[in-house]
Order: sequence, then C-alpha cells, then structure tokens
Amino acid sequence: MAAAQVVRSEWTKIRSVASTVWTLGLAVVVTIALGMLISALSKNEFSGLSERDQLSFDPTFVSFAGTSLGQLAMIVFGVLVVGNEYSSGMIRTSLAAVPRRGTFLAGKILVATVLALVVSMITSFAAFFLGQAMLGDLKASIGDPGVLRAVFGGGLYMTLIAMFSMGVAAMLRSPMLSLGILMPFFFLISNILGNVPATEKVGRFLPDQAGSRIMQVVTPLDDDVPYGPWGGLGIMVLWVIAALAGGYAVLKSRDA
Amino acid sequence: MIELEGLTKRYGEKVAVNNLSFTVRPGIITGFLGPNGAGKSTTMRMVLGLDRPTSGDVRIDGKHYDQLKDPLTYIGALLEAKAWHGGRSAYNHLLCLAQSNGIPASRVREVLDTVGLTAVARKKTKGFSLGMGQRLGIAGALLGDPRMLMFDEPVNGLDPEGIHWIRNLMKTLAAQGRTVFVSSHLMSEMALTADHLVVIGQGRLLADTSMADFIAENSRSYVRIRTPQREQLLDALHGAGIRVARPEAEVLEVDGDTSQTVGELAARHQIVLHELSPQRASLEEAFMQLTAESVEYHAHDGQPPGAVPGQQPPGRPPQQPWGSDWKRG
Repeated sequence: MAAAQVVRSEWTKIRSVASTVWTLGLAVVVTIALGMLISALSKNEFSGLSERDQLSFDPTFVSFAGTSLGQLAMIVFGVLVVGNEYSSGMIRTSLAAVPRRGTFLAGKILVATVLALVVSMITSFAAFFLGQAMLGDLKASIGDPGVLRAVFGGGLYMTLIAMFSMGVAAMLRSPMLSLGILMPFFFLISNILGNVPATEKVGRFLPDQAGSRIMQVVTPLDDDVPYGPWGGLGIMVLWVIAALAGGYAVLKSRDA
Repeated sequence: MIELEGLTKRYGEKVAVNNLSFTVRPGIITGFLGPNGAGKSTTMRMVLGLDRPTSGDVRIDGKHYDQLKDPLTYIGALLEAKAWHGGRSAYNHLLCLAQSNGIPASRVREVLDTVGLTAVARKKTKGFSLGMGQRLGIAGALLGDPRMLMFDEPVNGLDPEGIHWIRNLMKTLAAQGRTVFVSSHLMSEMALTADHLVVIGQGRLLADTSMADFIAENSRSYVRIRTPQREQLLDALHGAGIRVARPEAEVLEVDGDTSQTVGELAARHQIVLHELSPQRASLEEAFMQLTAESVEYHAHDGQPPGAVPGQQPPGRPPQQPWGSDWKRG
C-alpha cells in the first residue's frame, strides 16, 4: 500500500530529527509551567478582585494560560515539519521517492498531526490537573459541566494550531518566512485585533481567537461573541482547511 | 530507457530547455554534456517530474514518472549535492526513502556498505564532507536496485580517489545492463566514461552521437599552411593527390600527419611557406567550439551569421573556425 509506505516513511523522518523533540518538549513544558504559575498567582490575587471579576472567574481557562506561549512552540513544530523539506533541499529527494504530491503531503500531515494530537492531549490534561492543584479552593473539577469539553478542546486547539502552521509553511515553502509571519501574528497581532474595540468584531474570527473559546467554561458577563465553544473551534477548523488546501495547491502546481 | 520528446522548459522569457528529443539507452553510459547553465539539471529534474515541462514529454520505460509504482525501484537519481536534512543520520535518511518505496531496511545497510559509509551511518549528515555527501546521494540512487541511474555532475568537487571510484561504479552499473545517464560540464571526464554523448548548449540539442564517432570526428590531426603563393601550392598539392580541406580559405589545411610531405613538395616546387604546422584538435576544444556556437547564435539572434556579405559578424574569428563543420563532415 503506497499510502502506508508514505506514512511509515514520514514517521521515520519526524522521529529522526532533533527539532521534533525540542519543539514538542518546549510546548509541553511551557504550557504546563506557565499555566501552573498563573494559576498560583490567580489564587493569591483572587481576594483582591472585584465581585464582578470573581463571578466570571474561570479556573479551567486560567490553567490554560500557558497555551498563549506554548502554542508558539507548536507553531515552530508545524512549520519545521513541512518547511525543513524546502530549506534543506530534501523536498526534491522526497518527491522523487513519492511523486504523487497529494499522497506525500497527506502522509506528512497525518503523521505530524497524530503526533501533535497525542502530545497536545497529554499537555492539556496535565496543564489542567496541575493548574487546578495550584488553585486550591478555587479549583474546578473535571466532572463539572463543560470542564471535560474544555480540557479535551485545549488539546484539539494546540493540534489545530500545528496543522494551520503546516499549511502555511507548505504555501510559503520557507520556514523562516513562515515563522516570521506566524509568530508575531499569534503572539501579538491577533491579540491586539481581538481586544481593540474597533477591530474586535473581525478579530474574534481569527483562528486562535475563535478556537480558544473551547477552553472557556465560564462565559464572561458582557459576552456578545456570536459563537459557542464548538462553533469557535469550527471556525478554526475552517482556517486550517483553507491553509492546508492552499499548501496542497502550491505543492501541486509549483516546480520542486 | 529514458525518452525525451520535444521537451521544453520556459521560465518567463528565458528558455532553459528548448525542444530536446533524445533517447537514453540501456547497457551503456550516456554522457550529458553542456556548459554550466545549459539546462542539464533542469532536464534531469523534468525526468523525475520535479519540474513540469512547458511542453513536450519525457517517459521512463514508456511511463510518466508519477505513474511509476515505487519509482526508486525503476530509476535512481543523484541530483545536486545535499538534497537532504542535515540533522538526520545517513541511515535514517536512507531508511525513510526505502520505506516510502517498500524497500526492506536490510537494503539500506547494503548500499551504505557499497558506498563505504557504514562507519558513519549513524552520524548526522551535516558534518559530511562533499565526497561523503556524494556517496550518500549515490547510496540513495542505488537503494531500489533500479535498472536506470541518473547522476547530475557526480564528480563535482571530488578528490581524485572519489572521481576514480565514481567512474568505476558507473562502468560497473552499465556493464550490468543498466541505463546510466550522467551529466557533466567537463569533456575530459566524459571522454573517459561515456559510451554515448548528448551535448546541449543554451537548452538545445547540439549533438547526439556515439563517443567513438565524436572522437573520430573531432580529434583529427591536420597541417596548417600559410603561403604567399597559394595557387602554386594548391596546384602542387593537387598534382600530388593531396586533398585540401577548404581550398578557398586563406589558411590551408591538409588532413593527416603530412607536414613532411607538404614541406618537401613545396621545396621541390620552390614555393615559399610562411607557416607549416602540424595540429591536433583536443576533444575539450571541440566541445568548447560546439557550445560557443550555441552561445554565439543567441548573442546574434535574428541576425544570422553571414547575412551581410563581405562583413564578418562581430566577435567572429577572421576565418571559419576549424571543427565547426564536424557535423557535416
């Protein structure tokens, strides 16, 4: 089976480079550690919060605070998995071995996605339980309404971020260019667009703004976001599909 | 067998490969010769389906490259050096290629042994020297035990020992009945290895001939003669039954190793000679002449040489360059 061969080959590729270990390792450590830190700080600050803020306090979401930084490592993972083929010249060797470009790209993305999903799920659950441990009395339980969905969704969110990055890297065919666009976008620009009143209504449809909704359990009081947790994740999935379709179109049409 | 039919590649205005048609046959080494930038690598990338031809077609055993199931078992290629991830070990690089084509892992160890990289198989390839890199590339080409092999400038930057090794390897592969297609910009290298020669310049086919024919045509020896008494000498030569290559040219050329005969003949007829020099053409010169023509043709595009009678196009030597007629001869 040609597809099975490509999957085996891509698995060998992904497990045999150091960048896989350090990007995913960093994503795990940063997400969990920062989540624990912010959870611990929130516990100490809670009594100082206004009543309004105390009412909308979301212990589950707080334990995912590390995602904002940890997702950057996921972006690097996604970009390097695809982009390294281009920067190293490996793409020509790879396409000579697997000339059906759709099969090649699908195999690569499948393997990287499954790996990202496993790591993201472990990270998400670990970030939740360790974060709650830091929150003391304020902690949420996994059995509370919406909490399991949020924790599960946290893993999906991280995976989708990696997939989106793979699609962008396949379109731009350069890891440096892809990182140069994605890192500032997800770290700064998206946050600014999502929080400035003038652009808020557009900004909330950006992949990370929409997707991170799934990690919220308590809805903010004056919430007027027109989608729910799964709706938001759906918007993010559409972005991912668009990025991957664009990457496929570029790979299919361009000379290697 | 690799068949190219009217293969053309355009990058915007620039024509990299222009209507190339030739066949690479099994059991021999076919040299693919041309100066840098002639379109050799582009042609080879089109054979592998990496670059899409603007027009024309290239087939491997009658099929397009992407129709081949497990293509590495049909045709193995060494493209430019270091087409791999430097952070991956040599073994893992070859393993991922093998797996993608259903080749057993034991074959990876075999080819590493063949190219002499077993000792460094677990080392990251970014520390490899140029020669080790070429060996790894060749290991990748041999991986699927293919009937066809294609090497792009395999001896580039190699030390004499490495060059010797690659030459012998190609000869062994051809002797096993495989198709070996190898590019180079060095005529001297081709003269030592290739049985058949395809020469391109500016993307177009300049020659498709056996190496033996090319040598016979181009390594002729002749005698250059200049004399103020042309007519008398021509008569004398004619009388002695010696043929002059181009009697109308200012400098006369007589084929063969005949300077002694011509000199004695001239003395007997009391003809003054200004020059009587034996010449031998080298293959390198023949190749440069051949490809220089193609460059020149482009430089004077739309103004064919000789269009203005009695006036030499700029940059042309005063007489017709020797060897330019070798295809006619």
